[in-house]
Amino acid sequence: MSFSTFSFQLSTFIKKEFYHVFRDSKTLLMLFGMPIVLIVLFGFAVTNEIKNAKIVVCDYAKDPASQEIINKLSVNKTFHLHNTLFNHAQIEEAFKKENIKLAIVFPANFYKDLLHLNGAQVQIIADGSDPNTANTLTKYATSVIMEYQHTLTKNSNMPYTIAPEVRMLYNPELKGVINFVPGIMALVLMLVCVLMTSVSIVREKETGTMEILLVSPFNPFLVIISKAIPYLALSLINLAVILMLSVTLLEIPINGSIWLLIAESTLLIICALSLGLLISNITRSQQSAMLISMIGMLVPTLLFTGFMFPLENMPVALQVFSHIIPSKWYYIIVKSIMIKGLGFGAVWKETLILFGITCFFLIVSLKKFNIRLS
Amino acid sequence: MADVTLNNIVKTYNKGEVKAVNNVSFEINKGELFGLIGADGSGKTSIFRILTTLLLPDSGTASINGFDVIKDYKTIRKNIGYMPGKFSLYQDLSVQENLDFFATIFNTTVKENYDLIKDIYIQLEPFKTRKAGKLSGGMKQKLALCCALIHRPTVLLLDEPTTGVDVVSRKEFWEILKGLKQQGITILVSTPYMDEANLCERIALLQNGSIMSIDRPNNIVKQFPDTLFAMRANDMGRLQNVLRSNKLIKSCFSFGDFHHVTMDSGELTMDNLEKQLIESGFQNVIIKEITPTVEDCFIYLMGNAMEN
Repeated sequence: MSFSTFSFQLSTFIKKEFYHVFRDSKTLLMLFGMPIVLIVLFGFAVTNEIKNAKIVVCDYAKDPASQEIINKLSVNKTFHLHNTLFNHAQIEEAFKKENIKLAIVFPANFYKDLLHLNGAQVQIIADGSDPNTANTLTKYATSVIMEYQHTLTKNSNMPYTIAPEVRMLYNPELKGVINFVPGIMALVLMLVCVLMTSVSIVREKETGTMEILLVSPFNPFLVIISKAIPYLALSLINLAVILMLSVTLLEIPINGSIWLLIAESTLLIICALSLGLLISNITRSQQSAMLISMIGMLVPTLLFTGFMFPLENMPVALQVFSHIIPSKWYYIIVKSIMIKGLGFGAVWKETLILFGITCFFLIVSLKKFNIRLS
Repeated sequence: MADVTLNNIVKTYNKGEVKAVNNVSFEINKGELFGLIGADGSGKTSIFRILTTLLLPDSGTASINGFDVIKDYKTIRKNIGYMPGKFSLYQDLSVQENLDFFATIFNTTVKENYDLIKDIYIQLEPFKTRKAGKLSGGMKQKLALCCALIHRPTVLLLDEPTTGVDVVSRKEFWEILKGLKQQGITILVSTPYMDEANLCERIALLQNGSIMSIDRPNNIVKQFPDTLFAMRANDMGRLQNVLRSNKLIKSCFSFGDFHHVTMDSGELTMDNLEKQLIESGFQNVIIKEITPTVEDCFIYLMGNAMEN
């Protein structure tokens, strides 16, 4: 068989795969709806950041210092200055009635004490029924107050002050989304590729067309290649959609090389495609292929990638298990490239591991691929 | 020369628990239209899948055009046309797209072998942009046949091509097969319909994975040992009960409007049986001698096989 007939056969088969995808609205919806929904969901709804927490202030001082701090608090996106109160009794009331997260009380003579006694007190009252939020909010409020103190001490000559200067590298605003985007990329690529390949091959088995394809001069391995190429292409489009959404909608820049990112993603896609092939070999119906892909991919990817639950906190056994999850390595790679802006030199080890896992799945699935029925 | 040969083929499933094909041997000559006749579960599809290299037999050998189904499976896959029992084309692709796709997969074009499929394709042409899933049963089968023929196979294997197809389309389908046979294509076709058996040159009657008889349909009919009578009366249900409880009646099976009956002709004749029936209260009794059909033979052989 000459190369031209070979490539013509291949392109005809690939065209047929695209017909299947584009003529089935359910597949299309899944393919392109899922990444968009996930990005929007994780980007805006599911987040551990706190925005616009309602706070109240009770200012007995009403002097420049207290006004300045209140100003700083109210322009901060974390806080929403709900009300200014006049005494402690009202504070208690506000906590009970108005879903206030934090109250800040400035005593009388706040500024004077600060200047003359070299120290003043400010009271921060938080709603401890939600300890995580209370903790975070008090820390934020304290840091705002400390910042103010800093500007004061800059002008005077106070000896022996240690000023810890904290910088959050790569993510100065501590955006939770930055962690989620690489995670979602891993999740979507894993799910879509595994699901699409396994379902499309099992469908051929279910409808009996696989029987005809096998009883033809067409090489069975070409069937696999012809299945892999369209889903590789579609997954790359998916990747582009995710990246575009994260850059434009979530304002997360791509700091490293985009080509390296695409190359690494292609590696994960090939890994997922071979997993899909493996699943299609062991299942007979589209439903079971879908179920195995969904549960078998979704749960480990969510749990062991590291973007939802820190792997460091897990029992050792689970940490060891996480090593065989391809998306874990991809997640590390993408974080390094996208957020830290590192090059291949920094991720070659993870890439090698991912490559190894891919080769393993590819070889096993090709070996298991049946050139006959059952 | 035999185009298709099977030698003592055995195929079991579930680790030998289910015996699907039991020591089957037969040969199909070049250019012959050969029928596998048997009920569901008699092993027809397993035989097809072994011949199409999709299943490996437990033991025995089989070959097509002299090529072994195990060793030379690649060559066989190039040379045969196969139509599985279930409609197996892409339902979301149009008639034309399906045809073009399979032509390409078989490394040919529709144009190249158009003369072979022309007669069938002309009937499909008005629907060529219609999705295959939206075709009628008869049209689907014609399209599947077109796709199986597209590469001009030497041997055509059709697994129950007329199941679920209306009577008119079935008739047309057999006409097409006759035409293909004239072009020198060897055809193996299976069917659960006994009336289609007469349309084959030779048939193999299959029951529980074993062949009961292989011959030309008219020779198989000659094997029927008794004289066969068709009977009817006003109360067909009671007629059957009465006949079956009569010790001189060998067999009685319901065939549409009539019961087909064999009897111990030494003791009983048509006339005195009719008399007996009228005495037992039947009206409008009709008894006539008929030539047995393949189905009569099939039932007879099946009964024999069960006794053994």
